[in-house]
Amino acid sequence: MDTVFGVEYDGGVILAADQANARSILIYQSNLDKITHLSSHSAMGVSGPNADLVNFTEYIAKNLALYELSNDGLKLSTHAQAHFARGELATALRKGPYQVNVLLGGYDISSSKASLYTIDYLAAMTKVHYGCQGYASNFCLSIMDRDWKEGLTKDQAIAIVEKCIKELQVRFLISQPNFIIKCIDKEGVNVIKYGADPADN
Amino acid sequence: MSYDRAITVFSPDGHLFQVEYALEAVRRGSTAIGVRGADCVVLAVERRALAKLQDSRTIRKIVSVDERSVLAFAGLTADARVLINKTRVEAQSYRLSCEDAPSVEYLARYIARTQQKYTQRGGVRPFGIATLLAGFSEPENGEEKGKPVLYQTDPAGTHSSWKAQVIGGRNAKSLREFLEKNYQDDMSEELAIKLSIQALLEVVDSGAKNMEICVVREGGVKSIMAEEEVDTIVKEIESEIEEGKKSTTTEGDDEE
Repeated sequence: MDTVFGVEYDGGVILAADQANARSILIYQSNLDKITHLSSHSAMGVSGPNADLVNFTEYIAKNLALYELSNDGLKLSTHAQAHFARGELATALRKGPYQVNVLLGGYDISSSKASLYTIDYLAAMTKVHYGCQGYASNFCLSIMDRDWKEGLTKDQAIAIVEKCIKELQVRFLISQPNFIIKCIDKEGVNVIKYGADPADN
Repeated sequence: MSYDRAITVFSPDGHLFQVEYALEAVRRGSTAIGVRGADCVVLAVERRALAKLQDSRTIRKIVSVDERSVLAFAGLTADARVLINKTRVEAQSYRLSCEDAPSVEYLARYIARTQQKYTQRGGVRPFGIATLLAGFSEPENGEEKGKPVLYQTDPAGTHSSWKAQVIGGRNAKSLREFLEKNYQDDMSEELAIKLSIQALLEVVDSGAKNMEICVVREGGVKSIMAEEEVDTIVKEIESEIEEGKKSTTTEGDDEE
């Protein structure tokens, strides 16, 4: 039921996710931040049961921090981070699978390029220019197919994301009033806007 | 019967010889000094002369074990690498479980516990290193900032907190006496740096390229001093010594 999507543009990636934490017919909270920061210039938008979501993202984030610390501050590329995350999902698959679908976006300072990877809960991964997880894909992929092109600016990418959110809010059965939108570029991972402040407890 | 081969065997007079030999290995290592100031901790290490063809950047004696804790060691470099890696994993593991940074004391205790384990198991030898762990404690009881802390561990597996300490090098004992004589409580960062460099100059040849100075500030932020900065302070200290020698007849009267 979660919605997570991402759009790559020239110099960065926009990640957006709905903010509902729900199970069955009950909404536990509506200000959840499902886009976890992995390193200074990468983040993972995740959909799935809250337990797996938190467990998996914290585990990956701490292991990436360990790598950086153990290697004298060397930052792992987005490519490496995505493959590491996929590897962990794959290993857990036949033991105790994480039921999480991931969109991992990051900016590599060394090459000045941004990249976006989509990984599903069976640990199938592809590098994409834009992606959707959940029912949202039925509504949003067609919009992205039509509007995405090479060399988008940040504002154009945000416009595509907002178009997708509007489409969902009109046509998707499940009401998702709050979305959090983040941008990953050379400045790092920053919040562009949110429907409800994740810090409010 | 030789009581010094197996680690798990006491000698009749209560010595664990392997541990004492490990301490000797530490003495053969290069010197590391830690000085606690009012709002910083200074770690100063001796950089032994490198082979001409060696890249000096690949020799790291002051490392971060966590975002907020910095470690300097004396002794076997390879043993240090293993122990540091274990500590780094432990720090991240603590962060994963507790969603909070481990205190410097926790990490010092962990290192000491690990070093002790290797003195009580068969088939292994102790780690031949002593460490100095620097960082800041959490603010408590309405304080605004944390306090600087300096911990030391040794091959026997003990850990303790110090205002200033020296590990490694043949002259550790006399350096400790030097520090005892010249240490003052609540020193400014400038004075703490000066004291560490003064102490290090007693054992290394003059020159910034033979030492590495690191200042740890609030929040455990590590900052390695640039060579030029260190050189300036070294020259300052040396000129003071010169003036001291000229104006008095007693030898080596360092100011303060």
